[in-house]
Amino acid sequence: MIDLGILGDPAFVAVQCLNGLTQAMFLFLIASGLTLIFGVLGVLNFAHGSLYMLGAYLSYTIASLFVGRPSAFWVALVLGSLGVALAGGLIEAVFLRPVYRREELDQLLVTYALVLIIGDVVKFAWGPDNRSISRPAILAGSVLIGGRDFPTYNLVVIALGPLVAAALWLLLTRTQFGRLIRAAASDREMVGVVGADVSRLFTGVFVLGAWLGGLGGGLAAPVGAIYPGMDVEVIAESFIVVVVGGMGSLTGTLLGSIIIGQLNAFGILFFPRFALLFVYVLMVVVLVVRPWGLLGKPHTR
Amino acid sequence: MVLARRTAVATAATALLAVPLGLPKFYLLLATEILIMGLFAMAFNLLLGYGGMVSFGHAAFYGVGAYTCGLLLKKADVPFAVSFLAAPVVAAAVALVFGLLCIRLTRIYFSMLTLAFSQIVWAIAFKWYSLTGGDNGLIGIPVPSALADPRALYLFTVAIVVLVGGLLWRLVNAPFGRTLLAVRENAERAEFVGIHVRRVQLAAFVISGGVSGLAGALFSLFSRGAFPDYAYWTKSAEVLLMTLLGGPYVFLGPALGAAILIALNSIVTSFTEYWPVVLGAVLLMLIYVFPGGVTRFFLVGPTAPARAPGEPR
Repeated sequence: MIDLGILGDPAFVAVQCLNGLTQAMFLFLIASGLTLIFGVLGVLNFAHGSLYMLGAYLSYTIASLFVGRPSAFWVALVLGSLGVALAGGLIEAVFLRPVYRREELDQLLVTYALVLIIGDVVKFAWGPDNRSISRPAILAGSVLIGGRDFPTYNLVVIALGPLVAAALWLLLTRTQFGRLIRAAASDREMVGVVGADVSRLFTGVFVLGAWLGGLGGGLAAPVGAIYPGMDVEVIAESFIVVVVGGMGSLTGTLLGSIIIGQLNAFGILFFPRFALLFVYVLMVVVLVVRPWGLLGKPHTR
Repeated sequence: MVLARRTAVATAATALLAVPLGLPKFYLLLATEILIMGLFAMAFNLLLGYGGMVSFGHAAFYGVGAYTCGLLLKKADVPFAVSFLAAPVVAAAVALVFGLLCIRLTRIYFSMLTLAFSQIVWAIAFKWYSLTGGDNGLIGIPVPSALADPRALYLFTVAIVVLVGGLLWRLVNAPFGRTLLAVRENAERAEFVGIHVRRVQLAAFVISGGVSGLAGALFSLFSRGAFPDYAYWTKSAEVLLMTLLGGPYVFLGPALGAAILIALNSIVTSFTEYWPVVLGAVLLMLIYVFPGGVTRFFLVGPTAPARAPGEPR
């Protein structure tokens, strides 16, 4: 049942590997927002998958307004992700701010309630049918890799992931906002004591995290279908990424995304029936052996 | 005095449980479902409310119970009593294995590991077509003729739920329950006074898992099937919501939460397909208006402190 013959075809392996990397970059975009929010706010945001879904649907609608113009996709991506960032700011200010002092479970419940509400709002606004966006004209072609076609768009996505990671790293290490974020991640109360506006910082971090999620959704829209229910699917995967990489660690999240992406890409090839199982087994193994994740730090809080 | 009060409570409870027998079939089925999910929620709350352990993966045990009972009845022709009782035993055994690894972790890490384990159970149920029927589920479980009538199944469910619920009540009021509370409040101090913390937590985990499996078996009889959804993480979220809605502070709170959620679901879905948005709104109300659950709001009042000392959390 395991067909090892395909491993003899290097071009096929390369393409499959690139497919895994493409998926890894979408996962990274959403999981980096998730881990940032968890690291600073201490909130496990169940609604992050919903923000991703919202990004995809907003991009779809905006792109259909500019249909025919070459810039339609890019305008949709920028405006769509900004719309999600705005929604994130509202969510933080209206729903999360009143419950920071409450138990973790209450915060979790708020974000879960938002999953239910956003899911239905999306279904109401866009209907239950699948939607799709076409790739931007300039990237619509494909590249030959060892005689096999690989979409140019996916290559650009693979390149974009590390760029976003680098930009985030620069933001975190080279700017005042970044320094505050890192300070708050290690000791929230102290940041308040030394006079920083913690409330604004929290909103800023949530907006940034939501923007990353929305960007991921917008970028993923031309690759897969856009459908109600994609939120619940993607949130389970991004939890695995964050747990495997280490909660609160950005490099860990990048590593976790790549591992999960590859595991999915090759697992489905060799064990089509049990590929689903692998990622959860990996999650169990990591939690048992190294609960704080591959690159996380133990005993952070 | 105590005897008189107990008699009154028992009479009232019996009367309440007898009401559905006189109602149309629709309400009888609804009441059966509420009792089963109520038992599941009470089992879950042994861990959440009394043990302070937030499991995101209790659907695993519920699912294992449903599939155990269903598979033994359908594929192995095992006698009903054996099949039914095997469900909690197998679920407890699975809980023992998962629990040994889970209780080593705390807080969010504990929750995440329970989630990962339950997703493994779900993936197996979802993909092992030859055994479980895969995503079609295990359908047409042969229910013994004595339980084929909805009234008979309701009475059977009442008997099981009252019996096992009573045992759980005894358990939380026995020294074991008090020890579990002590561990929840301060594990380090409990350790100092000589309590074997992990053993107590593991025992709670196994009992909770076993009773969840029993609830799953009851539901497999009720629906005459077992489906992968029974073990999916959204089922775990459902039981968590029921528990929090009713209130983990009161023994019967989770069962009340189950009743509210199931009744509301049945009413809302008869008007609209947008049940999730209603549920979401109910949850937000729970958080901002009724923190601590419905039972806390009505028993203690809205202005009470978040947690009274010496009370189950």
